[in-house]
Amino acid sequence: MGIMYKTNYKVNDYPVIETYEGGSIILTQLDAIVNWARSNSIWPLTFGTRCCAMELMAIGAPRHDFARFGFEVARASPRQADLIILAGSINYKMAPVLKRLYDQMAEPKYVIAMGACTISGGPFFYNSYTIVKGADHIVPVDVYIPGCPPRPEALLFGIFQLQKKIRHEKNFKSKKMKLVDVKPVFDKK
Amino acid sequence: MTNEELIEYLIQQFPEATVVQGTQFVEMTVMPESLLESAQKLKSANETSFDYLICLTGVDYPESIGIVYHIESTKLGHAMVLKVKTANREEPVIETLTPVWQGAKYHEREVFDLLGVKFNNHTDLRRLFLEDDWGFPLRKDYVDDVRIIER
Repeated sequence: MGIMYKTNYKVNDYPVIETYEGGSIILTQLDAIVNWARSNSIWPLTFGTRCCAMELMAIGAPRHDFARFGFEVARASPRQADLIILAGSINYKMAPVLKRLYDQMAEPKYVIAMGACTISGGPFFYNSYTIVKGADHIVPVDVYIPGCPPRPEALLFGIFQLQKKIRHEKNFKSKKMKLVDVKPVFDKK
Repeated sequence: MTNEELIEYLIQQFPEATVVQGTQFVEMTVMPESLLESAQKLKSANETSFDYLICLTGVDYPESIGIVYHIESTKLGHAMVLKVKTANREEPVIETLTPVWQGAKYHEREVFDLLGVKFNNHTDLRRLFLEDDWGFPLRKDYVDDVRIIER
C-alpha cells in the first residue's frame, strides 16, 4: 500500500507506513499491544549528574507527576531499568561509567538526552577541557530535549515523544515468502 | 584586632615580609623559605592565633606560581591573607602547611593537580580530580587540542 498521502500536516504528525508486507493483521495488532504496554510502563534509571537532575526530581514530585504515565518505579540499578534519562553534563571521567551503565541495561532500552549539555556540550562547548561535547559520543540517543534546564513540562513532552517512538516499533519478524529467482530483463546474454 | 593594629603587629613581628592593606583583608607576602616558620608563628602567637585556614588557592603569574592562603582566627575574629610566590614556573616547589593547618591537605592536592605545584613533606601528594597524565589545566599556557574547542 505504501505511504498514505495526506494534504495538510499538523504539528507532530507523521505519515502512516505499512509495517508488514501484505498487511498482516495479527502481527500489527500484537505489535500494537506490546508497544502500548512498553510505552506505558517505562522505568527510568536515576541518573542525574548535574543541574538538570533538579528538573528530573521535579517531574517525580507531586506537581508534575510522572507516576501517572507509568514511570513511577525509578530504579537505581541499570539491570532493572529500561530508560536512562541523561540529566546533566557528562565529564570525561564519567563517560566510561555511563557506557558501562548503558551496556548493563537489557533490551529494549532507550536514552533521553536532557538539557543542552548532553545534546552538544551546551554552555561548555567552548573552552572546556572536562565536559564531553554531547552525550551521543558515548551512547546512542533516542530523544533530545533542549533547555538549560528544560522545564518539567518540556521533559514530560520529551518523554511523550519517546512513547510515540516506541509505539512505532516493529517487534515481530513476519515470515516472508521466498523470492523466486528473477533474472533482469535487460541482461540478455 | 582591627586591620591597622594587625598591620602594626605584623610589621613588628615579621621584618622581612611585605604587609599591605588589601580591599578587605591585610595581605602579607613572605618568602618561600620562611613560610612554614611564619605560619607557625601566626598560629601560636596569642595576639593573633590564626587557627583556621579558610582556603588555599594557586595563582599563575608570568614568572612564578603564587599560593594565597586565607586564614582566620576563631577566637579573636579577625582574618588575613598570606601570600607566597615560588621561585620559578618550571619546577614550582613549596613547603606544605599541613602540620600547621590540617585543612591544607586537600587544598594542596588540588593545587598540585591543577597547577603543578609540588609540596614538600606532604603525606599524600597525588592528583585529586584529573588523571595522572593530564597536564595542568589552570595554567595560562595550557593547550589541549583534543578536548578544548577555542573561541
